[in-house]
Amino acid sequence: MHPTFSVIFLTTLIGAGQGLFLAMVTGQLYAIARFLPAQTDQFYAIGSLVALVLLVTGLLASFFHLGHPERAWRAATKWRTSWLSREVIVLPIVMFLVFAYGAAHWLGLTMPLFRVGESLQVDATLLLGLFGTIASFALFVCTAMIYGGVRFIQEWHTPLTVTNFLFLGAASGFMLAAAYSAYISNPLVTFFGTWAVILTLTGLASRSAHLVRNAQMKYKSTVQTAIGVRHTVIAQKAQGATGGSFNTREFFHGQKQTTIETVRLLFMVLVFPIPILLIGAAYITSSPTLPILAFVIQYVGLMAERWSFFAEAKHPQNLYYQSVA
Amino acid sequence: MTQLALVIDLNVCVGCHACVTSCKEWNTSGWAGPLADQNPYDGSPTGTFFNRVQTFEVGKFPRTETVHFPKSCLHCEEPPCVPVCPTGASYKRPDNGIVLVDYDKCIGCKYCSWACPYGARELDELQQVMKKCTLCIDRITDAKLSDRDRKPSCVLACPASARLFGDVHDPDSEVSIAIRERGGYQLMPEWSTKPSNHYLPRRKTVMHIGQDELTRVDNPLRKEDLTTYTGEETLDDVAW
Ligand code: SF4
Ligand code: SF4
Repeated sequence: MHPTFSVIFLTTLIGAGQGLFLAMVTGQLYAIARFLPAQTDQFYAIGSLVALVLLVTGLLASFFHLGHPERAWRAATKWRTSWLSREVIVLPIVMFLVFAYGAAHWLGLTMPLFRVGESLQVDATLLLGLFGTIASFALFVCTAMIYGGVRFIQEWHTPLTVTNFLFLGAASGFMLAAAYSAYISNPLVTFFGTWAVILTLTGLASRSAHLVRNAQMKYKSTVQTAIGVRHTVIAQKAQGATGGSFNTREFFHGQKQTTIETVRLLFMVLVFPIPILLIGAAYITSSPTLPILAFVIQYVGLMAERWSFFAEAKHPQNLYYQSVA
Repeated sequence: MTQLALVIDLNVCVGCHACVTSCKEWNTSGWAGPLADQNPYDGSPTGTFFNRVQTFEVGKFPRTETVHFPKSCLHCEEPPCVPVCPTGASYKRPDNGIVLVDYDKCIGCKYCSWACPYGARELDELQQVMKKCTLCIDRITDAKLSDRDRKPSCVLACPASARLFGDVHDPDSEVSIAIRERGGYQLMPEWSTKPSNHYLPRRKTVMHIGQDELTRVDNPLRKEDLTTYTGEETLDDVAW
């Protein structure tokens, strides 16, 4: 498949945004349980604002993918059958809840609304955080299933697509939370950093399993089933166009195999070992800049990862477009 | 239920592209607007087509065979391109089974093209909406046309009559009979999309003559030989 930058930006930006929001809520939960020192409401509010900016930027990037962005509202109609439609519905819900969570903190709506058990005081921020968490997970699933649900693209048609999107997005969000805490010299760096490392390692396991799976892929369709001729030697001589077509532009990455392998190596290095080492180094040296660097490097790596995710996918329609003339 | 479809005879198609040009001509001139081209008269012409004729070479020289292969939307009975469309722009007409795109609703997200294993959908780069074969829906539903003309443009254009059009759900239709009696098959059956369009296979006209046929009793070339009897019962011994 041809990697499009609008979609690469969309999926990586909203992944980081959702992850950052999850990190904020996790931080709040730990603080309520008194595992962590309580933070100011401003800390959560600004964190949510950054998450919201990422989500909005991702949404804007996605418009560049559409031929008719002015009709995008129509995309919410077929949520019963289309994962794309579901994403279009869940994304604004997440954005609203992230906004509401941040706003509730900003306005200090922390009066307990009711009480669960002896000690848990439930306030508006906690409720919004809970709903936002559910919505964020739902958004991860919707985004990933847009790809994972296309059964013809066998490289994508696996639950590993969902786990990749989930863990990699969450990892970069927690990485950003660590960077944010480091930037404002907040002691939560270690907490978020540790979670970021755990999530990065889980992401590594999931993405590696995905790569191993795809390396052994057996394709369902062959040129024999494509044209229905039973012979071992079939060569295409013409595809009905000499200057290419939508089919050659959309479904082929047009890159050399060496480029594909370089990008794969690049993301395997940039997403996993380097950020983990940087977070480790930041822990030892208490450096305020290393977590920021870790986030930036991992984000660049994730863009390469998404590029590679597209480039490694082979569509069966390509069997009809093997050679020009 | 009616399911209109094409049946394409690969044994007859000579790869002349008459169906391609006539399809383009009809569908670029209709109410839905042009099928846009880019650089039509330049080095690298490209554009939107509903129908393409591709050519494959089967076998190794000198034992090769050329297969001309016209390809357009197969109007699948289980069209995977329809449920994925987020806007409902892609739909299957309940009355005749034709899969269509509503160009006024399509947002050009290209998702449906990912969900078609045959590469039958092409985005119009000018209008930025998804396009594909409509089986000339504006022609075949036009009651003002004579029965002869109420057929897709490609079918009427084919000089070799390699393209048949009709209802594949009616067992007595020309297309159903062709599929049944001439080995009609579907493309990529492994995806269970149940394409409505069928292809008729290449057939070589070969005469099979077995050894027994060369020495048939009534073969005048057969050498006469005399049976030697050794006392067993023969037809002559039967008492009538
Ligand atoms: S051939 Fe492709 S575009 Fe046509 S109905 Fe089947 S899946 Fe949809
Ligand atoms: S490109 Fe148009 S027809 Fe295809 S899925 Fe998107 S909105 Fe539907």
